[in-house]
Amino acid sequence: MQRFLVRRAMHGAIILVGLSILLFSLLVFTPGDPVELIAASTPDIKPEDVAALRAYYGLDDPVFIRYFKWARSVLSGDLGFSRTYGTPVTKLMGERLRNTLTLLATSVALAFAVGVSVGIYSALHQYSATDYTVTVLAFAGLAMPVFWQGIVFILLFAVWLPWFPAGGMMTPGVAPGWPAFVDRVWHLVLPVAVLATSGMAGWTRYSRSSMLEVIRQDYVRTARAKGNPENVVINKHALRNALIPIITLVALTIPGVLNGAVLTETVFSWPGMGLLLFQAVLGHDYNVAMAVLLFVALMTVAANLLADIAYAMVDPRIRYD
Amino acid sequence: MARATTPREIARELERRRKDAAGVDVGQSYWSIARRRFLKHRLAMIGGGVALALTLMALLAPWIAPHSFDKIDLQRRWVSPSLSANVFGTDELGRDVLTRIMFAGRISLVVGYVTAVSISMIGSLVGAVAGFYGGWADSALMRLVDILISVPTLPLYLILAALVPGGGVGRIVFVLSVFGWTTVARLVRGQILSLKSQDFVEAGRAMGASEARLIFRHMIPNSLAPVIVASTLVVGNAILIESALSYLGLGIQPPVPSWGNMLQRAQEYLLKASWLAVFPGLLIFITVLSFNFLGDGLRDALDPRLKT
Repeated sequence: MQRFLVRRAMHGAIILVGLSILLFSLLVFTPGDPVELIAASTPDIKPEDVAALRAYYGLDDPVFIRYFKWARSVLSGDLGFSRTYGTPVTKLMGERLRNTLTLLATSVALAFAVGVSVGIYSALHQYSATDYTVTVLAFAGLAMPVFWQGIVFILLFAVWLPWFPAGGMMTPGVAPGWPAFVDRVWHLVLPVAVLATSGMAGWTRYSRSSMLEVIRQDYVRTARAKGNPENVVINKHALRNALIPIITLVALTIPGVLNGAVLTETVFSWPGMGLLLFQAVLGHDYNVAMAVLLFVALMTVAANLLADIAYAMVDPRIRYD
Repeated sequence: MARATTPREIARELERRRKDAAGVDVGQSYWSIARRRFLKHRLAMIGGGVALALTLMALLAPWIAPHSFDKIDLQRRWVSPSLSANVFGTDELGRDVLTRIMFAGRISLVVGYVTAVSISMIGSLVGAVAGFYGGWADSALMRLVDILISVPTLPLYLILAALVPGGGVGRIVFVLSVFGWTTVARLVRGQILSLKSQDFVEAGRAMGASEARLIFRHMIPNSLAPVIVASTLVVGNAILIESALSYLGLGIQPPVPSWGNMLQRAQEYLLKASWLAVFPGLLIFITVLSFNFLGDGLRDALDPRLKT
């Protein structure tokens, strides 16, 4: 078990390193390095100053040396400076990371709870009208363009029916304490609903097929044959076993949720990492973009590791060696 | 149980025995069974029909569109949808939205189809080479696939789209293909690995077939089914990502219309002209949905084991 986790952690580390190499090489091939940009905005700069700056930033070193230098500074917590904000990137991240995590955690929890319950219900009523409706709706949820759903929700629930705010994270000037909390929850409703949709659809499909597989197993028939009441058969024997494979899928869906978060945050002007990334990409602020991507990758790898641990804990049949 | 005695009863009995439980004729080739299964799949047929209709609409846009797609008419800005003149209304420059949607469909569908072709070609080639030769190239490729599968790709697409200059279809297809080939590569590699030790491949090798012939003539055609399914799903997915990139201003650049970039400024005009926000997105949604139904039906038809 310990060895298994160590191996998974190593695997995660390899993915992170690989991704950082991939990203770094993407950025190296970008036309316009920082010094060229300085030179472009300072017309009277002398060529020898440009050369000195290039040497200072180490831009003339071979690519792999530049990578190692960059990796060393990242590992020591230095993510560089933001061009647009003029502050260290680490300073930009803190609050936005918290905002994004609020959005993500709420959406994932909602999507999981609703999706799994609906999927299980649908499996227990296979081929019923509800089951067909759920299946079609799940398809619809997966085909929905996130940003368009956001716009339509704003139109429906903020413009036509003015129930919720059309964007942002809070109303300025609301009294702190309870009113401020309510205000924040109010702002959270639409973005969470949008971000949770595709996850919900995914969970419905996974849990439906997992449950369908389990209720055909011999041990479920045995449980029934022993004379157990139906709710015991379903809740104790079938449901628990159906949930095992679903847990590992939590990690698999994280990348999709993060993709959705970029779009949701942009549509709702939610001040999180996704919006930061989008603005950084538009403003060619690559230090920021790189930092966001590394964080996102770190989150994904961590989620994978957590899923592995959870999986090993819930299923004693699984042996690792 | 009564036995079949008359010739007609015997014929009917034989007919019944030829079909399996699902009512599918079993005495036929793989592809004809698959075709029948597919034709029986109601959602897939609907999806395929809608996808075909949308494709025809896009192909015939120059002939069937009610207006010219880039004709600016400042007298007729913000006209709301009506059956008499502009069915989907007009936009901030007085252009007919229905016409623009038809022309945008050309762009979005071409992006979808070309990306699917390009991804299945790159993916099959990479997967086949990795699976056939194994070794360090295989490990390196599969690590790359691992990385690309386990991180969110939209941020990568955003960065790549910002780095690659231009605004046309070719650029979007390139951006989508660079990171998109991994699923197909993984599928094909798995197929090739299992085909490698099969007798017909051994027989081909024993008869002196070259490696290229073994790969392209014997193994790739036999791993086609999952590639067909995956690339159908790629069409929908590519349209989805293209529209997101175009919405964010990093995809197809105006004045060339795409469903995504038509939504770019729709949010600003939400109070004034809500129809601008509704119709292009609806088209994306319907298109992606129909390709997903189609892909799902193809999966059920081509590979019953994968049925979910």
